[in-house]
Amino acid sequence: MTSITESPPKKEIQEKASETPLPHLRIEPSKGWVSLKLHELWEYRELLYFLTWRDIKVRYKQTVLGAAWAIIQPFMTMVVFSLFFGRLAQIPSDGVPYPIWSYAALVPWTFFATGLTMSSNSLVGSANLIKKVYFPRLVIPIATVLSGAVDFVLAFIVLIFMMLFFGIVPTSNVVFLPLFLLLAFVTSLGVGLWLSAMNVQFRDVRYTVPFLTQFWLFATPIAYPSSLIENETLRAIYGINPMAGVVEGFRWALLGTDTAPGPVIVVSTIAAFVLFISGLFYFRRMEKTFADVV
Amino acid sequence: MSDVAVRAKGLSKMYRIGGPQENYQTFRDTITRTISTPFKRARDLLRGQAYGASGLQEEIWALKDISFEVKHGEVVGIIGRNGAGKSTLLKVLSRITEPSEGYIDVYGRVGALLEVGTGFHQELTGRENIYLNGAILGMKRHEIKRMFDEIVAFAEVSKFIDTPVKHYSSGMRLRLGFAVAAFLEPDILVVDEVLAVGDASFQQKCLGKMNDVAREGRTVLFVSHNMSSIVDLCERAIWLNRGTIEETGSVTSVIQKYLRQVASSGCVDLSIHEGRVGNKAILRELQLLTDGTETSTFRTLEQLTIKVTCQFTESHRSISLGFVLKDQLGSRVFAAHLNQYLDASIPEPGVYVFSVSFEQLSLSPGGYSISLYLGNGSFDFDIINEAAYFDVVWNPSIDLLYPPQAKWGPLFAPLAWNIVNNNGEYVR
Repeated sequence: MTSITESPPKKEIQEKASETPLPHLRIEPSKGWVSLKLHELWEYRELLYFLTWRDIKVRYKQTVLGAAWAIIQPFMTMVVFSLFFGRLAQIPSDGVPYPIWSYAALVPWTFFATGLTMSSNSLVGSANLIKKVYFPRLVIPIATVLSGAVDFVLAFIVLIFMMLFFGIVPTSNVVFLPLFLLLAFVTSLGVGLWLSAMNVQFRDVRYTVPFLTQFWLFATPIAYPSSLIENETLRAIYGINPMAGVVEGFRWALLGTDTAPGPVIVVSTIAAFVLFISGLFYFRRMEKTFADVV
Repeated sequence: MSDVAVRAKGLSKMYRIGGPQENYQTFRDTITRTISTPFKRARDLLRGQAYGASGLQEEIWALKDISFEVKHGEVVGIIGRNGAGKSTLLKVLSRITEPSEGYIDVYGRVGALLEVGTGFHQELTGRENIYLNGAILGMKRHEIKRMFDEIVAFAEVSKFIDTPVKHYSSGMRLRLGFAVAAFLEPDILVVDEVLAVGDASFQQKCLGKMNDVAREGRTVLFVSHNMSSIVDLCERAIWLNRGTIEETGSVTSVIQKYLRQVASSGCVDLSIHEGRVGNKAILRELQLLTDGTETSTFRTLEQLTIKVTCQFTESHRSISLGFVLKDQLGSRVFAAHLNQYLDASIPEPGVYVFSVSFEQLSLSPGGYSISLYLGNGSFDFDIINEAAYFDVVWNPSIDLLYPPQAKWGPLFAPLAWNIVNNNGEYVR
């Protein structure tokens, strides 16, 4: 077979190869707490881009209402909250109309909760990929949480319209909004990292997540203001739930409520980063078993 | 710099698999266990152990102390029976899973092709999937862009490039998947048995492409059950057996030894084959007999009986058993199915023995393998590739001046010759 065709130009290529030293890699068992290898994640940024893009692209395929779902969820929750908590229970809302007050909190909350739910299932959902191709597995949950940004943008547009409707002009504090969004992202990913890695081995996670998000929703000042807690120290402790900081930050930046970032946001930020960094390490440690167990 | 592309040293990979389940003796045991297990598991989880790993003793060494070297530009075939560790070796090489002991030094970029079309999304178009799949395989966006037209042409899907992949036929999907992978340009290419799928012309095309890759001077490690494609592509072969290297050397000599060794006795317990479908019925045992005696060596034109024991877990209205004979190089020689000959049914679950005979085995001397199929024509219940090997030797009672040689081809038939001269008279 080979004798008939032209002789291979093997020599040339080998010589060329020897000019530039080829990258060397040693594949060996990792021991103990492994490094995060963030530089590798950077090398795979295109894959991260493509996976995010895929998740966005297929998010609402074969649904009738399509991207409207991104709006329906927080909006309907807001309607229910306004009715029961705002109207019937007369829960105070920092002097802002209750609907927009709760919706401003529900927008980052929905981003957080969707990201958490979807990322906790992301590794199991990509089992086939994990078993057949190598890439930093961190890419999967990150892409999943990132793809939720589209939903956030859509829900946020509705928020802008509501602000126009209620005649609320954001204060100059609005420039800090991206920071609060980042905090929501970090928290969501942090929890997502823990849960997705656990889910590979313990499918119990799947049943825990709906319960967890529901519980967390009421542990976050969305339907009620955190000012209900009068003791300053207690309120700072409340910030251990990073979403408390995010939600109050959103209201402060957009609606000008009296919830300026104080001790709460500091505690929230610390809590979010502890969650995130421990999640990263836990994820990296479990990573080596993913392909064998998933 | 040395010319070594891959060097493995003492490489081992252990899997823990579930041991036999204990029977819950009493209701109380069940309850205490139900309560205590989650805590035990949570503890394991935090220690970073695999699921249920601590309680189970059964360890499987998929690879044990493997050392080898592959030089740049070499094309190496990896052969061995099912469960010998071939796929595990490729997975370790492509970094999908970590070794348990030992290490591999890799010089150059590794591209792995363990499956065709990994990560394809049904809802995305062919074009989008090319980019996605390319990125998953480690290609850069500009690389894919540069080779996009070639990929589409190779896959022969240009008409449907903007159609969602879910509307593609399985053949088209396969072609597209292979096309993307074929344009990977790694220094070291690792290929699992992806060529075993698709129709014959597609397989030819893939093999051709693989040949090109090999001729470009790239290092290739190639796993296949098809000995003829290994012979075609590779110069050297590594034979794995139960996780260790049995033999390594020139491709022809290794393959010959491999086929010789696996030719076992006339009775094969099929339960050693792993990773099978077998939920409704399973192939249990295969016997090869000549005139009622078990053997793995037969003579041309003598009798050969294939006896297959199957276990059925439910009844079937129609059933078919098939077998394929392949020659030393893995090319098919002959195949037959029960339902070509008669309608058969399994009235109730149980163990059944099927037997089929060649009254005169028309094979010439050489080594052969037999593969088995059990199904009902539309569903496969169980398939075992190369379940047994047997040899055919020349039958001295056939009156020929000299016997045919193995390289002439697998078929032998007794022939009548005659020669006639110009006048139509018999010369002989």
